[in-house]
Amino acid sequence: MGILLDESSRIMVQGITGREGGFHARACMAYGTKVVAGVTPGKGGQVFENKVPVFDSVEDAVRETGANVALIFVPPPFAADAVAESAACGVPLIACITEGVPVQDTVRLSRYLERHPNVRLIGPNCPGLINPGAKCKVGIMPGSIHRPGRVGVVSRSGTLTYEAVSQLTNLGIGQSSCVGIGGDPVIGTSFVEVLKLYNADPDTDMVVFIGEIGGSMEQSAAAYIKEEFTKPICVLIVGATAPAGKRMGHAGAIITGESARAEAKVEALRQAGAAIIPTPADIGSTAQALLRRMR
Amino acid sequence: MKIHEYQAKEIFARHRIAVPRGKVVRTAQEARQAVADMGGQAVLKAQVHAGGRGKAGGVKVVRSAADAEKAARSLLGSNLVTHQTDSRGVPVNSLLVEELMDIRRELYLAITIDRVFRGPVMLACAAGGMDIEEVAASRPQDIFTEPIEPVLGLMPYQTRRLAARLQLPGAAAQSAAQVMQAMYRIFTENDCSLVEINPMIITGDDRVVALDAKMDVEGDALFRHADLRGLRDRAQEDPLEAEAADKGIAYVKLDGQVGCLVNGAGLAMATLDVTNAAGAPPANFLDVGGGADDEKVASAVQIILSDPAVNRVLVNVFGGILRCDVAARGIVLAFQRKGADLPLVVRMLGTNVDEGKAILRDSGLKVTFADTLNEVSQAIRRRG
Repeated sequence: MGILLDESSRIMVQGITGREGGFHARACMAYGTKVVAGVTPGKGGQVFENKVPVFDSVEDAVRETGANVALIFVPPPFAADAVAESAACGVPLIACITEGVPVQDTVRLSRYLERHPNVRLIGPNCPGLINPGAKCKVGIMPGSIHRPGRVGVVSRSGTLTYEAVSQLTNLGIGQSSCVGIGGDPVIGTSFVEVLKLYNADPDTDMVVFIGEIGGSMEQSAAAYIKEEFTKPICVLIVGATAPAGKRMGHAGAIITGESARAEAKVEALRQAGAAIIPTPADIGSTAQALLRRMR
Repeated sequence: MKIHEYQAKEIFARHRIAVPRGKVVRTAQEARQAVADMGGQAVLKAQVHAGGRGKAGGVKVVRSAADAEKAARSLLGSNLVTHQTDSRGVPVNSLLVEELMDIRRELYLAITIDRVFRGPVMLACAAGGMDIEEVAASRPQDIFTEPIEPVLGLMPYQTRRLAARLQLPGAAAQSAAQVMQAMYRIFTENDCSLVEINPMIITGDDRVVALDAKMDVEGDALFRHADLRGLRDRAQEDPLEAEAADKGIAYVKLDGQVGCLVNGAGLAMATLDVTNAAGAPPANFLDVGGGADDEKVASAVQIILSDPAVNRVLVNVFGGILRCDVAARGIVLAFQRKGADLPLVVRMLGTNVDEGKAILRDSGLKVTFADTLNEVSQAIRRRG
């Protein structure tokens, strides 16, 4: 089963006529994802790849195709508009891949989304999410490295998530779902919210959690793991050797304050009972050892 | 993007925040004249994009025009090294000459984004003029915070509450509240990630004045602030970091010898951790980004090779949006252009990996291939 996506997921790609949007819409379709609609204002009536109708508005796309997941590739100046349009139409799951959305746009969006409790935003600045068992890929991750299974993955990052997944797959460990929540300081869905979904998912036995320096979201996750999380979990925190005060590509990954440091995060998660992955090379082997202990 | 104190103060003044009378100067002669015009005494403040200027000798009180000329001569053209800069420091190309103020109290005010609250917060502290991170670490209870709801904005009850906590008397409390409101307008109108006044002073006659001013504008929002883009001062940035930023490459200079080319910020940080653990410290953080073509990869590698400390290069590319063959072509291009023959450790995975490896194998470059991060670790250690 996995989380957030399943066989009934019908994907609408906002920005499907752009270079990135088109490329990834094709890759999602090749993976088996049901891409049912595209949206680009002014390009309604076109047909993408001879298959997918393009609409001028989300409202039209949802009404005509029953789309229930939005995948957003529009450029940063228009990203907040695209998210708000889908939220206003009640699209329950919105993945915003766009990198470089101004933080104050996301701040205002987060307030607007509070009025739409049935709408979940993943991202922005994220790789999206995938459910290999349901053959449903809503994002930019390479589909070929995934295999269906019972381990959930959650991470702030893109390529590092692929690294984690490929280490798991190489050891024969499949994934129930993988979610990249995004690297910006303000994002739609936090680690804790994804962990809650994994906790409730009968088809997830264990979770691999990849955090990084900056902010205190990993500490919030540690508190949740300690109090409520019932499944085994292993954790990698990257950026231990990054210099303080420097922005490391992810807008989120600036070390400021004690709780933002890697050691503080690792310690909080260790005390919460998570298995610590010692280096980025050990993701697969740590997960494998934890799975063996469960049996 | 950081801007200078004098630039921030111009914006402050437009929003009616009181700032000291001042003038920006770029030569010692101008400094002499400015101080003479101010009646023979003033403070000279080095205009650099770094905190900790005072302790580093970048702020000087002068009591005569001749003193001013002498102080300006020693500051201008020098590099100021503070606890926030590296050992090379940042160049002092301009000074802000300001009138001396009658300081009765020094306070701290700032607005920044709180990730947990998912919105802006106002911070206030009665201990201004100090390193606020020290205060936050040693006595966090002395820092007062007010989360700001973007729909409402900063409400008057919040500014009243902060003024009361700072124990400001009537007139000063009102002025401080106006300053706080102006700071919030500046923060939102200019897409700032930080607006900070440290110290904000209360003068002997109860006036509230911004003695310092700091504004960081979010780079991602500059597309809608043409007026602010012109405030960038490239001289304050590391030249390689600035060149990379212009090309959309995230590059941060570090102290080691292993030049790192990675796609994706998370994987790039993980790669730093791997090389450090292998005892081969990285020379840089570099995320070439997702949609890179071979020219962008080549630019990234040329930036890496421009760092004289680099004695070997590590490539860690997980091909997705960025295809491995594109990355390989860019790498070869850069090595040829630079005439470089440094050894390379290459780890490639994902889209078009076989084509990518073939291009590198046939290039004549000294390439060692690694398939996993463990092999990367071993290969980079051997090369050391």
